[in-house]
Amino acid sequence: MATARNPAALIRPLVTPEGVDLRIKLADAGTRAAAFLLDVVIIVAAAVVVTLVVIFGLGGLGVKEAEPLFIVWMIFIFLLRNVYFIAFEAGRRAATPGKRIVGVRVASRSGAGLTIDQVIARNLMREIEVFLPLSIIAARGSAGVADTLSTIFGLVWALLFSLFLLFNRDRLRIGDLLAGTWVVETPKFKLVEDLSQRQDPIAKRFHFSPAQLDAYGIAELHKLEEVLRRDDYFAMKAVAETIGGKIGAKIEPVDSKAFLTAYYGELRAHLERKLLLGNRKADKYAR
Amino acid sequence: MTLPAGTDAIRQSLASFRQEREADWKAFEALLARVEKRAPRTLSEDELLSLPLLYRSALSSLSVARATSLDSALIAYLEALSLRGYFYLYGARRGLRQRVGDFFLRDWPAAIRDLWRETSVSVGLTVIGAIAAYWLVASDSRWYDAIIAPSLAGGRNPDSSAETLRSVLYDSGGDHFLSGFAAYLFTHNTQVAILAFALGFAFAVPSVLLILMNGCMLGALFQVYAAKGLGFELGGWLSIHGTTELFAIALAGAAGMRIGTRIAFPGELTRMAAAAQAGRVAATAMVGVMIMLLFAGLLEGIGRQTITSDATRYAIGGGMLALWIAYFYLFRMVRHGNG
Repeated sequence: MATARNPAALIRPLVTPEGVDLRIKLADAGTRAAAFLLDVVIIVAAAVVVTLVVIFGLGGLGVKEAEPLFIVWMIFIFLLRNVYFIAFEAGRRAATPGKRIVGVRVASRSGAGLTIDQVIARNLMREIEVFLPLSIIAARGSAGVADTLSTIFGLVWALLFSLFLLFNRDRLRIGDLLAGTWVVETPKFKLVEDLSQRQDPIAKRFHFSPAQLDAYGIAELHKLEEVLRRDDYFAMKAVAETIGGKIGAKIEPVDSKAFLTAYYGELRAHLERKLLLGNRKADKYAR
Repeated sequence: MTLPAGTDAIRQSLASFRQEREADWKAFEALLARVEKRAPRTLSEDELLSLPLLYRSALSSLSVARATSLDSALIAYLEALSLRGYFYLYGARRGLRQRVGDFFLRDWPAAIRDLWRETSVSVGLTVIGAIAAYWLVASDSRWYDAIIAPSLAGGRNPDSSAETLRSVLYDSGGDHFLSGFAAYLFTHNTQVAILAFALGFAFAVPSVLLILMNGCMLGALFQVYAAKGLGFELGGWLSIHGTTELFAIALAGAAGMRIGTRIAFPGELTRMAAAAQAGRVAATAMVGVMIMLLFAGLLEGIGRQTITSDATRYAIGGGMLALWIAYFYLFRMVRHGNG
């Protein structure tokens, strides 16, 4: 499972008709399992609540009046099992509540719009992937004939199908395979402040020579950005000391944030200038 | 070299790049949040028209930012925003009402027509199963128990008297839970149909077996009744809902076979593409199958118990079959323009 260690392996090109590659990131197995479990919890909770209501309704009413209630209940359970996923995924967000919570959605592998028949195909297959083996176990268990062998068989079946997505590089369920879909991450980022525009009175004191700015490249700049945004005192102190040591600048320990802010601003401007001139300095090893 | 002046100029131009476009990004984000929650009808005409413009502006900002800026948070923000916009604008292109209309007028019958080969195989298998089981039970009645589980048989077996058998056919079922029974039958049959479809994934073998088995049960039951001279009556009892239900199950099996055979023999396409194409046709057919089973459940739960005349039963069953065949194979939506 190389992908667990290397998140870049889950990035796929998605070129819009306008010609821009949006580089979608496929959801990893853990995220998808979390989303599915959330959905199962929602479905089971809804089924339990409705069943309790129906039971109390049956208790209060006579059997004659209870009939419509019974029908509504049965259809509701059926809908929960079969239509819950389809209805939500056919909607505008193309995601069930569970998927929405973990920030993923279903998309068509072709890059065109997701159609309703794709949603249906991928969700009907869930029937053999999860519900069939589990319901066989449940039915046999309630009938008192759940021997070890059939339970193991059911579990192995369910596991085999639910782990199917670990054995292909696009993380496809069998349902995804048949529908021509995959599940992609739709992260939501807020527009955060531009660190290089930060006005820091102490930072203005620092000035760096071209040689000092040449010490690092884009990869280190992004790491530095991460540290600054995290705003953790000890991390910034350690990074400031490392950078100070490398470029030969003396800094007071209390000044590490101001120093890093100043260095980040100067370094970014320096690297962006190089970028404009067609020289992308990837990291500190690049010439 | 006066580097500080140079870097300041760079900082200035990149900052103005962001300042000039920031309002557009924010506006696009706010509009997206609204249309994702509610129907696009809630937008004014101006807002609707501005959506694609703002989307393109976000895309071009992304391209510029990627080429010139090293602010990774800004690029991540623009990527996420553009992706949301892309999915919205290229995702749901048709309204729900239009999609439902298209489904009934075009997609459903077209999918069924597309599956005609598999459907005829499926129907053929049912008939073969029925004939084989009829012959087996006729030659040795012990076959009956092997084909139909005693729990399903409900007291109908080769040893039952003609009276018992007849009572099952004409017992009005009393007044208990008729529509509840219909709902139960619908959910049960649909689950079976979904299985017949989904199991087709294993190179169609389980679907074939399931359809064959279904035919066997039919044939075995028929033999028991025919031996007591009640064949015609059983036909009426079965046909009132059976024409719809058996047709639907045959279609579900056909959909499953389509998937299995396309995975086994993808032809010119890649296996993945062939599977995806077959999956979509089959899925459309399956939604239709569920609608048919809903009809069958209603006919079976209500009609079969309350209508006890053989002629009426045959008339309803035959009428339904004619209706389905006409709808799937004869009725074609007149297409305007380049349909």
